[in-house]
Amino acid sequence: MVEQKRIDEATGTSTVGHEWDGIEELNTPLPRWWLWTFYLTIVWALGYVILYPAWPMIDDATKGVLGWSSRGQLEQELAADAKRRAPTADAIAATDIVDLPAKPALMQAAVQGGGAAFRVHCVQCHGAGGAGLKKLYPSLTDDDWLWGGDLGSIHYTITNGIRNPDHPGTRTSQMPAFGRDGILDPAQISDVVSFVRTISRQEKASASSARGATLFADNCAVCHGAGGEGGRQVGAPKLTDAIWLYGGGRESLTATINQPRNGVMPRWGERLDPVTIKMLATYVYSLGGGEKVPAAPAAKGQGADGQP
Amino acid sequence: MASPEDLTGAPASLYAARKGVYPKKVDGFFRRLKWAIMAVTLAIYYGTPWIRWDRGPYAPDQAVLVDLAHRRFYMFQIEIWPHEFYYVAGLLIMAGIGLFLVTSAVGRAWCGYACPQTVWTDLFQHVDRLIDGDRNAQLRLANGPWSFEKLWKRGLKYLVYLTVAFWTGGAWIMYFADAPTLTHDFWTGQAAPIAYGTVAVLAATTFVLGGFMREQVCIYMCPWPRIQTAMMDEKSLLVTYKDWRGEPRGSVKKAAAHPGAFGDCVDCNQCVAVCPTGIDIREGPQIGCITCALCIDACDGVMSQIGRPRGLIDYCTLDDAASEKAGGAAQPVRNTLMRPRTLIYLGVWSAIGAAMLFSLGQRTRLDLAVQHERSPLYVQLSDGQIRNTYTLKLRNMEARPRRVAVTVDGLPGAVLWSETGSRGAAGERIDVPLAPDSVTRVKLFVAAPGGGPARQDFTIAARALDGDPGGDAETIQFDQSEAGQ
Ligand code: SF4
Ligand code: SF4
Repeated sequence: MVEQKRIDEATGTSTVGHEWDGIEELNTPLPRWWLWTFYLTIVWALGYVILYPAWPMIDDATKGVLGWSSRGQLEQELAADAKRRAPTADAIAATDIVDLPAKPALMQAAVQGGGAAFRVHCVQCHGAGGAGLKKLYPSLTDDDWLWGGDLGSIHYTITNGIRNPDHPGTRTSQMPAFGRDGILDPAQISDVVSFVRTISRQEKASASSARGATLFADNCAVCHGAGGEGGRQVGAPKLTDAIWLYGGGRESLTATINQPRNGVMPRWGERLDPVTIKMLATYVYSLGGGEKVPAAPAAKGQGADGQP
Repeated sequence: MASPEDLTGAPASLYAARKGVYPKKVDGFFRRLKWAIMAVTLAIYYGTPWIRWDRGPYAPDQAVLVDLAHRRFYMFQIEIWPHEFYYVAGLLIMAGIGLFLVTSAVGRAWCGYACPQTVWTDLFQHVDRLIDGDRNAQLRLANGPWSFEKLWKRGLKYLVYLTVAFWTGGAWIMYFADAPTLTHDFWTGQAAPIAYGTVAVLAATTFVLGGFMREQVCIYMCPWPRIQTAMMDEKSLLVTYKDWRGEPRGSVKKAAAHPGAFGDCVDCNQCVAVCPTGIDIREGPQIGCITCALCIDACDGVMSQIGRPRGLIDYCTLDDAASEKAGGAAQPVRNTLMRPRTLIYLGVWSAIGAAMLFSLGQRTRLDLAVQHERSPLYVQLSDGQIRNTYTLKLRNMEARPRRVAVTVDGLPGAVLWSETGSRGAAGERIDVPLAPDSVTRVKLFVAAPGGGPARQDFTIAARALDGDPGGDAETIQFDQSEAGQ
């Protein structure tokens, strides 16, 4: 509603012509500084449009004369970060992995870097913190190792993986499917189970376990050792301890002997750089089960006393 | 004061320019008290960082030091670590309650005597008096045209202001680094940029706030006067003009001519002339008054000159003002100082102080914090034992290297070892060397026979091995699965 404009007596300024309940609005011009700031923002915006990506097109946007992009900035920052970490990474690369524990600062850096890499690449199977998953993936935090728990062995396992059929360096072995392939009949398997549970002190010796002892010596001892002490060269688990990857109950053992699982692990040497693998190895080593390099050849797979 | 009618006309401006304040020199009890307090507070401020204190080879030897880089606060024998920040909180609470106490007893005494703004304003006003002369000379100079005299006096005055301001900023940074070293670095250009920046900022604020804004800070900017009025009551001592005794005003001559027609105030305006905030106390209590009592000194001087009783302007409570007005007598000052309200404040204040002193005496200089590794919560070992992993944070708060023994309690058959030891050598205790004045992290493995309860509380303790009985312990859980295999 436009009314007659009039001059306000007190200030000498014209009013905008609106009136609400007797209150009128003065037509005071915008302050100069405000206007100039406004013009300046327009100039600024124009400059911005020219310098930076601004106008959206159908599948892209204008590039801007500076050639800036957020992806480019990220790459720059990543490169800068890599540069920042280069001295440590180079030092780790130049140090033999078994010498790392003797250099606490470097070892600590490696463990930290390894932890980060572990959380990206390994937790899917071995769990956060390396606890593993019962009946599927081994725990990396305990003192029981299928293929060896010293730095060198861990490093080798991560680099080459386990049971990668087309890879010459991979750790490999295969437990026969005694039940499925008919090597042992169900009664015999039951006897072997009794024997295994006896040597791991879960059951008392019985007639069944005595029969199982013979069967074990004929079929299993070649890999698992005469007393079930395991064999790390073929990744044969120790059968006398309390740790059972696939379970130590009668049912689980029967299932394992019937049809073993022969777990696999990727060879990370093809996917990760050598420094990352070294750091991963130190991290796994640091989880609580890392072993000193065994003094005697590891053929017997009994390195338990060397572990820290 | 503009009347409502005035406002209908077009006012040229609603802004009123500051009227200069040129307080006159005065002498008396309160002025001397103010000098004494100024001397003490300035000496504390400028001198404290230079006091040395021997804390052994691993700690700084500055008595009072806020070591931001190493996150330590040193105050003589007391050393505060960041996790002990509650002592600082306690001090702040004591400062708050102390302010309640002082304000409820003697009004804005903090403002009048101890507030840095007051102290530095007083100092700058004294500089004015030294260079320009007393009130009349200052007024003449301020109102007079620019002359050679005015020019050099202004120049010299601002130079002195700047010097004082610079010293003020310079003393501040001494609290944050070793003072002699910092002084040397400062003058040779090697100090941190933040040091120069801090000095510049503090010098600028001192120069502006103390040299030019002065009473405007107290009246318009400072929140304290608003808050403090809430802490005062009718029994707080305030600077009061006893109008029932002074009014109506009249000169000595008039009073002699008309005996009995006039009060004691001779309208000499001395109370206004000496007031550092430029107010007239005879208009009654007002927010501009910082209760510095200089007007009391001035008026007392006048009263003794003309042979009338002193105390026309005096510290007086609102209750006493009412009773004196009615012809009664004022109660003794002791009663206004020692009354339930002040005594309760005093009680709370000293209780907090005593509690802090007690806990300072009791606190251990070896602190243990234990964190249980969560993933995995527990690990089954091949011999059937269960192992839990903990991260210990051992704080050695003494300025010397120490050794501590870490033991576990309440977990039958438990053995422990750290990441640097091996399980083969695991035992009932491990010894950890601690660097002086530092935090050491230790990964602790604790193994106990399996088959116990799923969750068990036990204690990890750290005890100093060097004869010092101090130590710390933390109760934490030991986990294992109930199902076992
Ligand atoms: S009125 Fe008196 S007490 Fe108040 S500020 Fe002025 S001189 Fe100080
Ligand atoms: S100094 Fe005392 S006598 Fe003089 S004007 Fe002030 S109140 Fe009155």
